[in-house]
Amino acid sequence: MARYIGKRLIYMFITLALIATFTFFLMKILPGSPIASADKLSPEQRAVVEARYGLDQPLPVQYFDYMFGLLQGDLGISINQFKGADVTDVILSRMGPSAQIGFQGMLLGTVLGILFGMVAALRQNTWMDYGSTIVAIIGISIPSFVFASMLQYWLGLKLDLFPVALWKDGFMSSVLPSIALAMFPLATAARFIRTEMIEVLGSDYITLAKAKGASGSEIAFKHAFRNALIPLITVLGPMAVSILTGSLVVEQIFAIPGIGEQFVKSIMVSDFSIIMGTTIFFSVFLIVIILVVDILYGVIDPRIRLSGGKS
Amino acid sequence: MEKILQVKDLELSFNTFGGEVKAIRGVNFDLYKGETLAIVGESGSGKSVTTKSIMRLLPEESAEFKNGEILFGGRDLTKLSDREMQKIRGKDISMIFQDPMTSLNPTMPIGRQITEPILKHQKISKDEAKKLAVDLLRLVGMPKPELRMKQYPHQFSGGQRQRIVIAIALACNPQVLIADEPTTALDVTIQAQILELMKDLQKKIDTSIIFITHDLGVVANVADRVAVMYGGKIVEIGTVDEIFYNPQHPYTWGLLSSMPSMDAEDAKLYAIPGTPPDLLDPPKGDAFALRSEYAMKIDMEQPPPFFKVSDTHMAATWLLHPEAPTVEPPEMVIERMKKFPGSRYYEGSAN
Repeated sequence: MARYIGKRLIYMFITLALIATFTFFLMKILPGSPIASADKLSPEQRAVVEARYGLDQPLPVQYFDYMFGLLQGDLGISINQFKGADVTDVILSRMGPSAQIGFQGMLLGTVLGILFGMVAALRQNTWMDYGSTIVAIIGISIPSFVFASMLQYWLGLKLDLFPVALWKDGFMSSVLPSIALAMFPLATAARFIRTEMIEVLGSDYITLAKAKGASGSEIAFKHAFRNALIPLITVLGPMAVSILTGSLVVEQIFAIPGIGEQFVKSIMVSDFSIIMGTTIFFSVFLIVIILVVDILYGVIDPRIRLSGGKS
Repeated sequence: MEKILQVKDLELSFNTFGGEVKAIRGVNFDLYKGETLAIVGESGSGKSVTTKSIMRLLPEESAEFKNGEILFGGRDLTKLSDREMQKIRGKDISMIFQDPMTSLNPTMPIGRQITEPILKHQKISKDEAKKLAVDLLRLVGMPKPELRMKQYPHQFSGGQRQRIVIAIALACNPQVLIADEPTTALDVTIQAQILELMKDLQKKIDTSIIFITHDLGVVANVADRVAVMYGGKIVEIGTVDEIFYNPQHPYTWGLLSSMPSMDAEDAKLYAIPGTPPDLLDPPKGDAFALRSEYAMKIDMEQPPPFFKVSDTHMAATWLLHPEAPTVEPPEMVIERMKKFPGSRYYEGSAN
């Protein structure tokens, strides 16, 4: 197991280096300059500013400087938005709200989704099944900004249960964005669990469990559920990353000072180091989650446990 | 002998999009204490459905009892609620399935899979159940049972898995054990081991076995009595000797003729022509008539009743009617009948 994880860590490192390289050059190709109102600066002033951020160096030098810093955990400094603030600090300060609504949304969505999917599979072709299918279709097809606006209007404005927007009232502020974020994982989990449960419930070992005298709920929870989880984890892992690291749209609509919102702003003003830093941060997160998912497979399914590594 | 289980006039249909499939069309048999009854027949003859209906393992939404009863311990199993059935399944009647590779839960250690029915049906502690499970594993011939309790199904071979399934089935000393082609998915040497094991265990725990198979070699090896099924009906039932050496129904003749034999002179293997009947629209008369070279006019019009051949032997064919013409069975069957005292071809003791 340790050897397997060690091997995976090396791959993770290579993946990250490739992502960093690719993003770096991609950004350099893009038009625009991080030096705000560059037109008003005299060539001399401009040269001074560029020299300060190392933008006057030839591209390869800039690249190796950046990669070398990255190796030491240095993501550089913000060029124009925070005037020299450390990128790591900027990201960490923005991570809190994103992580909170992301985590709450993920939890709510997954738990409800699994519940809906289980009910649908166990009561196949009844109104409960159709109801849960409709919820799943709505969750997948209605864009989150429409759903977010509806939540703001009904629960925020009309019923006045939660603040419509902004990040001022602690947990209460996080409720509506969490619900908005929960819709997609909910729908996905419901669909996957339903399909997989129906397949598992038709398998031979379920018949054997029935032949042992197991009741309906014992069959569903002791025998079928665990076997139905694998495909769900595959999709939920990467989804968790995208949601935990902030949904750009939802954060914009609810005016939440999260990392997604920051990312969009940075792209608009070409703040290279923040774009790079955020991209790398997202990538690390994704790669770690994928590793966790792979390890989880083994926890859930013993067949995968053995074929993974030689331990 | 004591009757453990009685199946009377059982009729069962599947409601499908294509219409009503009459899978079982009036099946009658008794199961006696301690015996092994083999049910043989080709795919789609209704043998698996019959036994699954005893266990009530068929999908409730589509399978429907149309008529008849299944009497067990004074109760009609077709009328019990699901909750009452759960108390019978795995305790009084248990089942072994065809494919050991898929019939164990891949994500549950086998120890837990064996203790599950024990804890369910017997009032004993977890530790006692574990001990019992280890004993069961030893009983079915699993080496180092204590160590293997924590292992998962993929860590066992096919034959070992079938032994585990047998251990699960025997966990509560059932009165009836239904074995649905338990050796079909195993290779021949393992088949023999599993059959030996089952015969051995039957003596030890004194259970009655319903053994479903399409392998007549297996039948000869394990069965006391044989029921031949065709098109959702039993067409002939008798002791294993009566079925093998004095068969009366043309379908049984066909089955026996299509069995490879060690001393067959020409290597060509006989196959019954045609295909099984469509049970969406079952034939009016004898279901086998269309494939039988012995069919008479009445076979197309009326289903044959059971004619008694001996106290233990019955066959549903018009050929046994007093007014029916005498026909010659296939040569291979005549060869067999020559060895059976009481058949019309009997030649005295062999040699």
